[in-house]
Amino acid sequence: MIPSQVPAAGRLTRPAGPLVIDIAGVTKLYEMGEETIHALRGVSVQIHRNEYLAIMGPSGSGKSTLMNMLGCLDTPTAGRYEFNGKSVASMIDDELADIRNREIGFVFQTFNLLPRSTALANVELPLIYAGYAPAERRARAIHALENVGLGSRLHHKPNELSGGQRQRVAIARALVNSPSIILADEPTGNLDSKTGVEIMALFEQLYEQGNTLIVVTHEEDIARHARRIVRLRDGLIESDGSVY
Amino acid sequence: MKRLLYELTESFRIAFAQIRANKLRSVLTALGVIIGIVAVTLMGTAIRGIDTGFNKSLAMLGDDVLYVQKWPWGGVEDWWNYANRPPIRPEDADKLNHIIEQTPNSLLEVAVPVSTRGNSVKAGENKVSGVFTIGTTADYGRLISADFSEGRLFNDTEAAGGRPVCVLGFDVAEALFQNRSSIDQTVMIGGHPFTVIGVVAKQGSFLGLFSFDNQAILPLEAFRKYFSVRRGAEIRVKITDKTRVADAREELTGAMRRVRAQLPGERDNFNINEQGAFKAQLDPIKQGIALAGLFITGLSLFVGAIGIMNITFVSVKERTKEIGTRKALGARRRTILLQFLIEAVSICLIGGFVGLGLTYGLVLAVGAAFPAIPVEFSVSLVFISMAVSILTGIISGFAPAWGASRLDPVVALRYE
Ligand SMILES: Nc1ncnc2c1ncn2[C@@H]1O[C@H](COP(=O)(O)OP(=O)(O)OP(=O)(O)O)[C@@H](O)[C@H]1O
Ligand SMILES: [Mg+2]
Repeated sequence: MIPSQVPAAGRLTRPAGPLVIDIAGVTKLYEMGEETIHALRGVSVQIHRNEYLAIMGPSGSGKSTLMNMLGCLDTPTAGRYEFNGKSVASMIDDELADIRNREIGFVFQTFNLLPRSTALANVELPLIYAGYAPAERRARAIHALENVGLGSRLHHKPNELSGGQRQRVAIARALVNSPSIILADEPTGNLDSKTGVEIMALFEQLYEQGNTLIVVTHEEDIARHARRIVRLRDGLIESDGSVY
Repeated sequence: MKRLLYELTESFRIAFAQIRANKLRSVLTALGVIIGIVAVTLMGTAIRGIDTGFNKSLAMLGDDVLYVQKWPWGGVEDWWNYANRPPIRPEDADKLNHIIEQTPNSLLEVAVPVSTRGNSVKAGENKVSGVFTIGTTADYGRLISADFSEGRLFNDTEAAGGRPVCVLGFDVAEALFQNRSSIDQTVMIGGHPFTVIGVVAKQGSFLGLFSFDNQAILPLEAFRKYFSVRRGAEIRVKITDKTRVADAREELTGAMRRVRAQLPGERDNFNINEQGAFKAQLDPIKQGIALAGLFITGLSLFVGAIGIMNITFVSVKERTKEIGTRKALGARRRTILLQFLIEAVSICLIGGFVGLGLTYGLVLAVGAAFPAIPVEFSVSLVFISMAVSILTGIISGFAPAWGASRLDPVVALRYE
């Protein structure tokens, strides 16, 4: 096992809550013509509420594939996946969409904001799909944007914002529906290191506010912010341990 | 339910933002729909116009008049069965009127003999050829709905005395006397002098074939004095209740058989024609024209629809990553489907509105420039073209929107 770095002293670690994600023996195959790619070869992991987890590994090790699986964007080829005690493997498309809407907040490497909508409209989007009335939508979205420090940028479009600000809008969007977990795939991958540090500080703040975070990264510096690191190699878990 | 409403509002917002963001593309696409809608609605107004024209023409024949004639309208195949029928005599009208008087609650009001032939009419240097000359009684006034622009019809005394007076159709009077009054002028009809006592107001033509304004009406006795009636006449019978045409017809058949002293079992040796039967003959022709017209113009709308389908496919392709993002945020299949359908329908609706406006303008312009062409713009046309636009949007947008709704979110998110 690769030894974890010793974290900064006095860092808060929240006690783990109930089980949210429970996967066991999950595999994912991609058929590419004649060839079969084993993106995941049997992964088992349990994630509780209040955890802050980093998924690490070299390129092609299956991090994004695992992340998509955890985020109910994809279903396993084989294996068991229970989200909040419910089996996901047997769910139909619309049920998965509802889980993604209510229980999961995504943060992408490329931000994935709607280019022609304002920050506010982008953050309101998940609330529309959740069926909130316009007034409440607005109030919640403003609150989420203030929480990530963008209270003064509500009506800016993505091209009027810096990279770090865009990612903050995306984080506000992920948070706005109070999901069970937040999934971030390389959230700092498109940012300079200084902005990356700011985003990680925001994640720290969200963690302390009681959110459950899963961050995919291949940077040790980034992973060290988490309280637990899962390392993948060739579609298998190589190590899984706490960060002291 | 509420959620669907919010999603719909959002979809319309996106659709219009999308159209605004791609103005040129949207305009070009809408152009196809505009052309289609203009073609279809113009054809619609033309068909309505033709229909109104037909009906107007038929109304000139009178919907409360039965025509007793030797031949049926619309032609027959077994002409030999008709050729040997005795001609209709003007005297038969007197006998019919006699029977009508004696029948209590008769559905027939009056029988009017009408003899016709073509004549030239002259006044001084001016001459009109091929004037439809009618010899009839004073009762003729009860058949026609037209007004007189000048003067009056001859009365019973003038008719019975065979006085050389006449009533001219509007075009004849205008050709002979231009702007001057025709009353008391002398005209030569078929070479015989007649004094004009009236002019019938302009009525228009029957299906554009036969002008009701190119006629001259004479007392039957005068007509007989100068022109042969050997070819036979016709008898026009006004009925009392136009909702009971069939009954009236039956009564008239019985009366006519009595006049003709036909034996029971013998086939009628005359025909009773009416406007309704004519209509029955014209309707299939009218429908044929309508169908062919709508099919041809429908093709242009079809081309417009293909344009919409194409642009929606492009839109889906361009926004594949956005679709992935929306799905990751919890959009259901239905949401994505509706979003793109609404986008397609919105373009079609805009095209529909513009097309309708253009049609309206064109109809006004055509109506002003060529009053003779019967075009008509109607409210139902607005609703129909809106419905057609929406339907076009749904049909052409469905395949791409369905494809978008079925996209795998992971694949869509990876799309560059
Ligand atoms: N849709 C797909 N079709 C075929 N092969 C795929 C697909 N998605 C992923 N793979 C393969 O699965 C393996 C794992 O891919 P994955 O994207 O999970 O790696 P990763 O750990 O996220 O890499 P990186 O750090 O470069 O993002 C790779 O070999 C990749 O080529
Ligand atoms: Mg990846």
